[in-house]
Amino acid sequence: MLCDVCQTKEANVFFTQIVSGQVQKVNLCEECSKQKGVTDPTGFALAELLLGMGTTEEKPETKGPTGTTCPACGFSQSEFKRIGRLGCPRCYDTFKSEVETVLGNLHKGTRHTGKVPAHAADAARGNRLESLRHQLAKAVHEEKFEEAVRLRDEINSLSALPAPAAPSPPPPAAPDQTAPRP
Amino acid sequence: MMRFSTLVRQPAAWMLPEGPHADIVISTRIRLARNLADRPFPGWAKKEERIASLNDLQPGVEGLADMADGFSADLTKLDPLQKQVLVERHLISREQAAKGPGSAAVINRAQNLSIMINEEDHLRMQAILPGFDLGRAYQMLDAVDTRLEATLPFAYHNEFGYLTACPTNLGTGLRASAMMHLPGLVLSEQINQVIHSANRIGLAVRGIYGEGTEALAHLFQVSNQNTLGEPEPEIISRLEKVIRQIIQREHDARQKLLQTNPTKVRDHLGRAYGVLRHAHTIETKEALNFLSMLRLGQDLALLNPGNRLLIDHLLVEIQPAHLQLAAKRKLSPEDRDTLRAELLRLHLRHLPEPESTPPTPPGETES
Ligand SMILES: [Zn+2]
Ligand SMILES: [Zn+2]
Repeated sequence: MLCDVCQTKEANVFFTQIVSGQVQKVNLCEECSKQKGVTDPTGFALAELLLGMGTTEEKPETKGPTGTTCPACGFSQSEFKRIGRLGCPRCYDTFKSEVETVLGNLHKGTRHTGKVPAHAADAARGNRLESLRHQLAKAVHEEKFEEAVRLRDEINSLSALPAPAAPSPPPPAAPDQTAPRP
Repeated sequence: MMRFSTLVRQPAAWMLPEGPHADIVISTRIRLARNLADRPFPGWAKKEERIASLNDLQPGVEGLADMADGFSADLTKLDPLQKQVLVERHLISREQAAKGPGSAAVINRAQNLSIMINEEDHLRMQAILPGFDLGRAYQMLDAVDTRLEATLPFAYHNEFGYLTACPTNLGTGLRASAMMHLPGLVLSEQINQVIHSANRIGLAVRGIYGEGTEALAHLFQVSNQNTLGEPEPEIISRLEKVIRQIIQREHDARQKLLQTNPTKVRDHLGRAYGVLRHAHTIETKEALNFLSMLRLGQDLALLNPGNRLLIDHLLVEIQPAHLQLAAKRKLSPEDRDTLRAELLRLHLRHLPEPESTPPTPPGETES
């Protein structure tokens, strides 16, 4: 069997992956597998390899970018199609829809449900508190007192968590004082 | 910081015959990929940008308490041989070894924690422990990650989680894996089936050395492929469950082989013993496969107990870069084969012959 990349040497490194019911096979010769840095085949983009592409060191010589370009790093949509990787973290917003189309085939889901770094957790908590306070004000206004009590308790328990490590704006004046007790 | 010569004098932590199920699981590894929020990924960054990222990262990584008295080097400061030694010890990736300016490796003293700077991602951190110990490896690395993120602005997306250069690592950036010794499943021709069923649930199984299912030394790496959509503990426990099943199947296969075909097992072991004790020139491939048989013989109590440390050491020490380093001179491939045979004869000279009879109940023993 010949190597998928160079098509000349005998392949002796084989990978078979079945993800979400799709079989992907790659056969490489020793040299190409080394050149591609295939020490962790689960970690490299199969698509990239199958397309006969590869960039690890320097920017590839492209025929000029086509499609959208990332404002932060200049990476283009055509390059993402070609190499299966992105240019910078901001690219994930720039090419969000393109990324989303490949995620379904790669992973269990398309949303992260794991570890959240402290800075993001604080921000998320801030957003949640703000939204709860709005809901509380609305509930009070509409005289939905049972709901108001539930919201107030949730706000209190969220606020009671350890203070954020990163500097954050001072919390708005708590409107829960106005929540009537049933 | 530790010198390279000090590092290579000590075995890496994973090379010690310790940890749960060390007979079948040689080592377990957890890898986390992290990136700085405001810098291009290393593969797209220009040289100056890569160096800037390195300067952002290196002080924090070297300053970790875990890295006290550890080893740290820019890849440009290491010669090709030194890099290859680190690859053979699984402390850096082959990809990292090929990197130029702006890339570095930081390794702790026990060699169970290594952090690559500017590999495919800004940070590739790994904890590698002997035996089947994924939970502890994750705890260890998670703590390192949490300490680093207190000062480093890691790229994190509310939907996609930790952002990585390649979408295959997105979300948790977590790759958990175990290096397993599976001669029983290979000899009994069940390995393909095992690989197939692991693949079916999104796990990858591949040979550590050599090709596909003809893995040299019967060593396989089992790892997760999905990194997004599941929390870290779920990814790890799914992998653990499968590894536990593979351990069980390997045990069963070994026992079955001993019962149904003891001659085959003893023949493999005897040949391995004979060649390794007496060869004067031997290639890596042959040496790896025969060492694997000694390892199996040891686990089946056909060989004197207490030699796993020696055998596991040799699995690393006979590899080209380690041999070359020990020789302290340039070796041709032929020189290497001769030296490899010498090293094996020297280290195995006191290894007693394998049991000549299989451990079957009295009365069934062959004469
Ligand atoms: Zn090739
Ligand atoms: Zn970008």
